[in-house]
Amino acid sequence: MPRMTQLDLIRNFSIVAHIDHGKSTLADRLIQMTGTVAERDMKAQMLDSMDIERERGITIKANTVRIEYPAKDGQTYVLNLIDTPGHVDFAYEVSRSMRAVEGSLLVVDASQGVEAQTLANVYQAIDANHEIVPVLNKIDLPAADPAAVKENIEDVIGIDASDAIPISAKTGLGIPDVLEAIVKRLPPPKGERDAPLKAMLVDSWYDSYLGVVVMIRVMDGVIRKGDRIKMMQTGAVYGIDKLAVLKPKMIDIAELGPGEIGVFTASIKQVRDTRVGDTITHEKKPCATPLAGFKPAQPVVFCGLFPVDANDFEALRDAIEKLALNDASFSYEMETSAALGFGFRCGFLGLLHLEVVRDRLEREYDLDLITTAPSVVFKLHMKDGEVRDLHNPADMPDLTYVDHIEEPRIKATIMVPDDYLGDVLKLCQDRRGIQMDLTYAGSRAMVVYDLPLAEVVFDFYDRLKSVTKGYASFDYQISGYREDYLVKMSILVNDEPVDALSIMVHRERAESRGRAMVEKLKELIPRHMFKIPIQAAIGGRVIARETLSAMRKDVTAKCYGGDATRKKKLLEKQKAGKKKMRQFGKVEIPQQAFISALKMDN
Amino acid sequence: MMEDWRHGGFGLYLHWPFCAAKCPYCDFNSHVAAEIDITRWNRAYLSEIDRIGELTKGRVLNTVFFGGGTPSLMPAELVASLLDQIRATWPTANDLEITLEANPTSAEAGRFRGYADAGVNRLSMGIQALNDDDLRRLGRLHSVAEAERAFGIARDTFERVSFDLIYARQGQTLAEWRAELTRALHMAVDHFSLYQLTIEDGTAFGARHAAGKLRGLPSEDLSADMYLITQDICEAAGLPAYEVSNHARPGMESRHNLIYWRYGDYAGIGPGAHGRLTLNGIKTATDTPKAPLRWLEMVETHRSGEVLAEPVPTQDQALEYLMFGLRLREGIDTGRYARLAGQALDADAIHEMADLGLLDPSPGQLRATREGRAVLDAILRRLFP
Ligand SMILES: Nc1nc2c(ncn2[C@@H]2O[C@H](COP(=O)(O)OP(=O)(O)OP(=O)(O)O)[C@@H](O)[C@H]2O)c(=O)[nH]1
Ligand SMILES: C[S@@+](CC[C@H](N)C(=O)[O-])C[C@H]1O[C@@H](n2cnc3c(N)ncnc32)[C@H](O)[C@@H]1O
Ligand code: SF4
Ligand SMILES: [Mg+2]
Repeated sequence: MPRMTQLDLIRNFSIVAHIDHGKSTLADRLIQMTGTVAERDMKAQMLDSMDIERERGITIKANTVRIEYPAKDGQTYVLNLIDTPGHVDFAYEVSRSMRAVEGSLLVVDASQGVEAQTLANVYQAIDANHEIVPVLNKIDLPAADPAAVKENIEDVIGIDASDAIPISAKTGLGIPDVLEAIVKRLPPPKGERDAPLKAMLVDSWYDSYLGVVVMIRVMDGVIRKGDRIKMMQTGAVYGIDKLAVLKPKMIDIAELGPGEIGVFTASIKQVRDTRVGDTITHEKKPCATPLAGFKPAQPVVFCGLFPVDANDFEALRDAIEKLALNDASFSYEMETSAALGFGFRCGFLGLLHLEVVRDRLEREYDLDLITTAPSVVFKLHMKDGEVRDLHNPADMPDLTYVDHIEEPRIKATIMVPDDYLGDVLKLCQDRRGIQMDLTYAGSRAMVVYDLPLAEVVFDFYDRLKSVTKGYASFDYQISGYREDYLVKMSILVNDEPVDALSIMVHRERAESRGRAMVEKLKELIPRHMFKIPIQAAIGGRVIARETLSAMRKDVTAKCYGGDATRKKKLLEKQKAGKKKMRQFGKVEIPQQAFISALKMDN
Repeated sequence: MMEDWRHGGFGLYLHWPFCAAKCPYCDFNSHVAAEIDITRWNRAYLSEIDRIGELTKGRVLNTVFFGGGTPSLMPAELVASLLDQIRATWPTANDLEITLEANPTSAEAGRFRGYADAGVNRLSMGIQALNDDDLRRLGRLHSVAEAERAFGIARDTFERVSFDLIYARQGQTLAEWRAELTRALHMAVDHFSLYQLTIEDGTAFGARHAAGKLRGLPSEDLSADMYLITQDICEAAGLPAYEVSNHARPGMESRHNLIYWRYGDYAGIGPGAHGRLTLNGIKTATDTPKAPLRWLEMVETHRSGEVLAEPVPTQDQALEYLMFGLRLREGIDTGRYARLAGQALDADAIHEMADLGLLDPSPGQLRATREGRAVLDAILRRLFP
């Protein structure tokens, strides 16, 4: 079995970029050219292994691979690369990954230039003291303009781009230069082989065969199979059962020394014992001080997740715990609802994050879930001076006790070609935004807006993409709380309030939001045998109303002897499909409705 | 106690799997073949008649149905040969009904006399539309004029005639359908079938629909309106619906199809023909290979075209009875359902749907109303356990 590698022959780096600039494709080429994976086993964006990643064509989880590169200097180097996601909702994956490595390849699409997420990632890399190697990707495209993009990088980011490497991750052009630059320009890790073990818990996940798998970056000391180790934050002690590196398949290894990245299993029963950012040391000979740990992620969107079948609550709990292991940016706590029974109130970094987690729970753990209307956290200033967090609009107390309500605001940075600037300004204005800055870099404008988070989390990003045909990029940070005229809007379906659909809205926008929601619900709820009024109300006052007509036609035209078996099975299957909907009074509402109802088409 | 199937009777279905061309909406087991060896097919059908005859010895046969495909492509001699064998195998009811499905082209009309001489006493013709443009869009090989001519010959040749129309077609308006239906009523004798166009998976229309390229299909409301005016107009003309899509002067219903809907026994012979046969007191589902040549070879080598013969659990029989029976205006016998299911239907659900005007329960009986039949699949989903 291979033993550890000496420090100056190791390079650790992350690949960072704006969404879709080609990080995962570059990772493919690096894996391929170093022969890490056999040619016949290669596939496009091979690190994007989850079904949702492949379906949506985006990276959601950061992924690590160890590759071996025989450099021009005659030495063979061990490279640990971490491919990171580009979408804002997964920025936490990027910041976490950066703590495990010493350098970053900053990929910039040479046909697009610097975008909002490029900037955000560069700042993170600088924060993490990374050496940065700029890479200009997609130079095979006719629209690629590497010279202009170099200038753009220097102008907008302010880093030297004269050594930026022009490549095509698609065709493989320039990849040897990238490999050489990794070895020559990125620093090797530092660390003491003889010091007590100090390793960073970078990531963990649940594998149905192996149980909990923990990924670490060793800072000091050496970790071996059979060692008794301790997680410093949680105090948990375990014996290492298996130690391996990812290529990207797990390959057993006898030991990992300073600067190395690998995984272990240790019959970990308590999923809660593994916290990303924790420091791992030897039980008997611990290190003196733990690592600084990661800044916890700050969830900004919340929703309730309930099993469609109340009997699945325990299965949901188990699934959520396992999934949280793999996603430190997701938070949860138990919740009960009169209509929905036991479930969890969960926090996410954005709506895509929410959809991905829900999707993963459903697919990977075979659950059917109801998702309640997503909400941000409002601050309720009560008349008695108390300040309460409101995560769930259904918990809104009687207004007579509330003095005023504050909502979270963000500072949004949007970069857009000036042709689309007007549409972007209109969109921000419609979402109650306040313009703070507007500057130009060439023909691209950069606007900074102060916006209510609640107006952004649901579908702002989708809308922005559609009004700018995909040419705008977007990044945001929470900037604080501000008072506004906010009210709780309830939705009544067939005259019964559906808590899971109530939302907090700005009073002036309540009518239009209410109208949009009831119209949307009218489309989302299938017709029933009876007509169903759908209303939006504030307090007792109805502000919007639609009626879903009764179903009028649903019958098989031809049904003869030969159809008996097929037709019976079809009806049974349809019946089973209906069981996946949640019943509210006499009405069945499809799961998708709870999120889709909030998306505003225009 | 009387065996359950006797409530419905006993019929024989013969499937002829060939057509001159495949219609783009059709998901029946139909194939276009370059060459058909009639002698082989004759032998295979006869062999299957013998085999099933053995299993059901002594049963009185109520009906025979030649379905397809396009049975009117069968030579009259073949039909005669099979009917001779059938009559020699089972005792037949005095009013034995023998139906044959026909396409309305002149070539086929030329064989009508021969079919009648062979014993066919009911002809069911697929006219589909009374509009040449729509016939073309439906991929049909005949014009309206040709269909009318063929139907005229059929009327003069057979005791009973029926025809099929497909409505709720692309771009069809309520007024257009009303006019077409009125014209159809002038042609009709005492029975016709009016099907709303169904987009079936695995057909050319199905693929076009999935690609979003099948335009002008009616909305749910238009399709419901078309259905309801169809009920009214036909009822007023003395041809009320006795089943979701079938209309007849009282007493002139298709007795063969009633066997399905009343959940009697039926034997299926030919490629892809299903059967439900009570054998030694056990209701048995039978099936055969769909591919014509596979069926043929199987019968030739194994002396049986059966690929499946399995008991239908009584609960499933109950559901099949419910599913078929509620299609009929007469509805179902709730006692018979309960005997099969081992429990009665959900009384709350019935009550609820009766309040909505969809079901009409009476002691020992349950029927769907006119509006109920238009949403029968939803009713069935509600009633299925
Ligand atoms: N023409 C061309 N297309 C490329 C190149 N590199 C990547 N692409 C394409 O760009 C798209 C996005 O590539 P990915 O590698 O998934 O991008 P990513 O940066 O990993 O995206 P996220 O993980 O979602 O942020 C894919 O369709 C790739 O095939 C390139 O060099 N040339
Ligand atoms: C076995 S088929 C046809 C018999 C004969 N081959 C013909 O086409 O005239 C029986 C009837 O089903 C109806 N039919 C077939 N496919 C249909 C569809 N997709 N939608 C509605 N009716 C359909 C047609 O009216 C057809 O006449
Ligand atoms: S509709 Fe009739 S003629 Fe057309 S393919 Fe189907 S069975 Fe054959
Ligand atoms: Mg990617």
